[in-house]
Formats: sequence, C-alpha cells, structure tokens
Amino acid sequence: MTATTVASTEEPRRAGPKSRRLGGLRQGAAGPLFVAPFMVLFLLVFLAPLGYAAYLSLFREKLIGGNAFVGLDNYVTALKDPLLREGVVRVATFFVIQVPLMLVLALVFALALDSGLLRLARVIRLGIFVPYAVPSVVATLMWGYLYGPDYGPFAQLSEKLGLPVPHFLSDGWMLGSLANVVTWEFVGYNMIILYAALRTVPQELYEAAAMDGAGAWRTAWSIKLPALRPALLLTLLFSVIGSFQLFNEPKLLQPIAPDVIDNSYTANLYAYSLAFTGQQVNYSAAVSFFLGLIIVIFSYAVLFFANRRRTS
Amino acid sequence: MTTTTPTSPSPSATSATTTGASRTARRPRRRSTGRRSTPLTIVMLAVLAYFLLPLFWLAISATKSTQDLFTSFGLWFSHTPQLLENIRETFTHDDGVFLHWLLNTVLYSVGSAIGAALLAAAAGYGFAKYRFRGNNAAFALILGAIMIPTTALAIPTYLLFAKVDLVNTPWAIVLPSLVSPFGLYLMRVYAADAVPDSLLEAARIDGAGELRIFFTIAMRLLAPGLVTVVLFTLVATWNNYFLPLIMLNDPKLYPVTVGLSSWASQAVGGGSGANSNMLALVVTGSLISIIPLVVAFLLLQRYWQSGLATGGVKQ
Repeated sequence: MTATTVASTEEPRRAGPKSRRLGGLRQGAAGPLFVAPFMVLFLLVFLAPLGYAAYLSLFREKLIGGNAFVGLDNYVTALKDPLLREGVVRVATFFVIQVPLMLVLALVFALALDSGLLRLARVIRLGIFVPYAVPSVVATLMWGYLYGPDYGPFAQLSEKLGLPVPHFLSDGWMLGSLANVVTWEFVGYNMIILYAALRTVPQELYEAAAMDGAGAWRTAWSIKLPALRPALLLTLLFSVIGSFQLFNEPKLLQPIAPDVIDNSYTANLYAYSLAFTGQQVNYSAAVSFFLGLIIVIFSYAVLFFANRRRTS
Repeated sequence: MTTTTPTSPSPSATSATTTGASRTARRPRRRSTGRRSTPLTIVMLAVLAYFLLPLFWLAISATKSTQDLFTSFGLWFSHTPQLLENIRETFTHDDGVFLHWLLNTVLYSVGSAIGAALLAAAAGYGFAKYRFRGNNAAFALILGAIMIPTTALAIPTYLLFAKVDLVNTPWAIVLPSLVSPFGLYLMRVYAADAVPDSLLEAARIDGAGELRIFFTIAMRLLAPGLVTVVLFTLVATWNNYFLPLIMLNDPKLYPVTVGLSSWASQAVGGGSGANSNMLALVVTGSLISIIPLVVAFLLLQRYWQSGLATGGVKQ
C-alpha cells in the first residue's frame, strides 16, 4: 500500500517553509490544514469504532458481576464456532466462484468495447453499466421476484414449455442465485474501470504494434492486458472486500427463502444477528473484528502475489 | 494500491481547462474505421438483454395489481394496466411515508456526497502539493482503511453513536459517509496531475495566500475529479442499506432502501389483510426509486470515465 510514490519529477523540495505571511496563511502550515478536516473525521468514524470494537471484543457480559475482562476468550470462541466457520467458508466459496466469473466477463466486455468492432458500442456500454446505479436492495428484490417459483417469469416459461420448474431459491441453487445478483450489479462497474484504463493506452503503442504486423488478438494479449494489470488488481481488491462482506443480498432474500438463509448464512449476517437479535455485543464485536482481519489478510495476499509475479 | 505509481505527465491527464468539462483524451477517437463485426455485436446485444431484463420486468410489473403479478405473464402487460393507480397508492400508503423516504435518501446522499468530495479534495490537494511531517504515514494509514470492511465498522459505530445519542438521527448516516478513503486516493492522484506546481508558484509570487490559491485556482482544476468523487459517494450512500438499517428505527427517517425492504417483508407471499396489495407497491416503489439515479448516471457518465482514468488505473 505504501508504494504510492508520486513520481519525483514533481514538487521540488522547497528550501524551508516561507516565513512571510501570505494572505493570512503561511505555506508551511497550509498542508496540515488542508488535510486536517478529513483526518479529524477519519479518526472519528474509522479509528474510534475500530478501537472500540477491539476494546469490546475483550470483555463479556457475565450473569453475575456484569462486564468482565476475558482477554482473547471471545476470539477463541469465534475460532471454534461452527456457525462462523460455515459462514466464512460460504463467503470464501462465493468469492472463488463469483469473482473470477465477474472479472473475466468485465474484462471481455471492456476489450470488446475497446476493440472498435462493435456497432451501438455506446448503448451497450451504458446498458451494462446501468445496474450499478440500481441499489442492491432493489436489485435483490427484483431478482428475488424473477426467481420466484410461483410467479417468476422463468417458472412461468418452464411450465408453459412443460419443463421442470427451476428452484433458484432452494438450498443447492441459492449460492449461485446470489452470485448472479452480485454479478449483475457489479460487472458493469468493473467493466467501466477496465475500459477507462484501456482508454489511457497511448495510441502510438497501437501504431507501433500494427507496424510490426500484430493482429487484433496479438495486440490485446501483448499490449492491452499488461496495461490493465493495475486496474485488474484494483477491481480484484474491491471484490475481495465486497464478497467477504456479503450481507445485503442474503439479508433481503431471507424473507422469501427463510429455510435456506438462516441467521448465520454469511459471516456478516451472523455478526449482525449476534448484535441485534442475540444482544451479544461483545461477541459480535469479536466476530466483526475477526472478519475484518480475514479480509485484510486476503487483500494483502492478493497484493503480495500480484507483486511477486511482477518481479519474477 | 501498490502498483499505481502515477507518472506525470500522463497522456490521459485531463486537459486543464477551466470550464470543468472533462474530455478523457486529447487525442482523436481511435480506430473509428468502418471495420465492424456483426457477430460480436450480436453477442454483446444478447449480453445487454441480460442486463436490461430485470429492469424491463420491473417497468412492466409496475403497471400491475398484486393479483395480476401472480396471474399474468411476467414479461408482458396484463389486460388491466394500472400504473397511475399504483403510483398514487405508493405515495399515499402509510400516510405518504414513501415520499419521506425519497426525500431522506436525496438529503443523505447529496449531503454526504458533496461533503465527502470537498473533504477529499482538500486533503488530496494537501497530501499531493505540500510536504509536511507525517504526510506519507497519514496517507498510508488512510489507504489501509480502504481494506477495512464497512460492515465490520458499522456495528461498533452504532454502539459508539448510541453512547452519544446520535442513533436514529440523520447524522448517524451522514457522518460515516463523509469519509471516503478511496475518494481521497483518487483526489491525491488527480491533484498531483492536474494542478501544476508552476501555477501555484506564480500565484504565490503574485502574493495570493494558500487558501485563496486553493479556492480560486486549484478547485477549478480539480473539478472533473471532484465530480467523480461526488458520483462515487452519491451512489454509495444512495445504495447504502446496512448502515441505515442498524442506525434508524423511526420509519420517518428511513432512506428508500430500508423503507422498501420493510415493505417487501410485509408483502411476502402476497401479504394478508391490509397488506394484500403490498407487492405492487414494492415493485412500483422500486421503479420510482431507481429512476433519479439512473438518469443522473446517463447524464454524468463521462465524468466517471475521466476521473477513473486518472485515478488509480494508470501505469
């Protein structure tokens, strides 16, 4: 993360802060002043809750004697908790299936749009991107109704054609159905990021490739894909963070599939129900913290492998 | 992110016009030759159909009564379309609470987006253009925060806010949304590119103070990046569900996402008694709630591209 070094061609070191007052603000004090409002709020809404969660996770409500310090006991419980393990394994499975699918689709669409071979490219680009503007609540409700076994159009069509009705909301299909909702929501967003990165490839590179006799496929492989590396890494990181936090979609499908999606279906759903229906605030804080830790570890693993491959 | 070392000057850096209108590239549109592929176009149109299908279904379904939703074919109109009736009922149900939800959503998301963009712009500019002690450490700390799951933060934030009586107020939604680490990252990269040091020097020599330089010169150059962060935060807040779900318990304060989901759970299985027509209201309300954002998107989409092209996706 720290390697975002802005190239040293800019901002030559100034020889010390200017002591002349210019318009009521010295240059030396200006930098921290611009950064301060953001930093203050950052401390308030990021670091304070994090610290508080860490603090809470070390205590437990005892029936006798109220709040007692229990050290890492909550974490030991979390590690052994089968419900949490199932939830984490489930989101990990979701990640392994859904994210490659989504990113490959986004990549293919971005390359297709950038190839200049499409008619109606603008319409197609906007149409694929539009779902990102649809709140996940609405997206999930819509798909939930579309999946519906009694009045969903897919069920209606299967009945008309005399085929078996697909049970999108059954135990075996649910993870795939959720993956479909998330993919529908975010392919366009990832596609736009990749497409924007493709647009920054200098035209000269393409001209040079054409001079060397490279065809469209060769150009895509040797010029476009390497140019997309940082953008792909960015989308992959966001996807790690998003998948492990899976909450909205299962939470919203819960009312129509209560037998399949229980209160510990995903790790986040579990943390939520611990805090708000189980009133186990301390344990919920430990679970949240634990989940955050898993996400950070995964994110760094992604970064680490990406960088190792670069240097080798 | 580790791999993004913005090298200045970039080919895509938005030309520093003071109009605020951003053009992604100064080069001519490339490869607009007549070579078009019909098979590829057909494949992509099929893909487009998949992405538009649910929205088509939603638009059709908003014209049906709950009974028709169950009995007529989902992807075509019923015999008795009643869109206006549905809209009227959506806005009058529960003493017109739906309009409250819409207004709340606009208030929360627009307020958060503008605030977050201004904070990110000032801080990004400060990080990019000034050297001070702790600059890199503070920036690295904030970048690390991008990885922290928002939902892992939401529950402790709720507990903290409960202690200071902020829960069940608009502040509980707006305050956490004002801090956008990713927005700051974008703005820092953008400021490094779009605000030339020579211009700042010239202004200093002319005797302008740092604040004045920021508000009169830098802000104009940062405008396209600012719009990107506004859009980004706007969508994030508009779509936010987890945070308002735990922070608010007064239905009058709900944003439309939480409101619709509360209606949806009443409508399960067609509802009963007074809730028998809820399903039609959920569908119509969903359609109404996505129109503003979709329209804003289509109008402002080129800003997205220019901002994203400059921030974080360059070699």
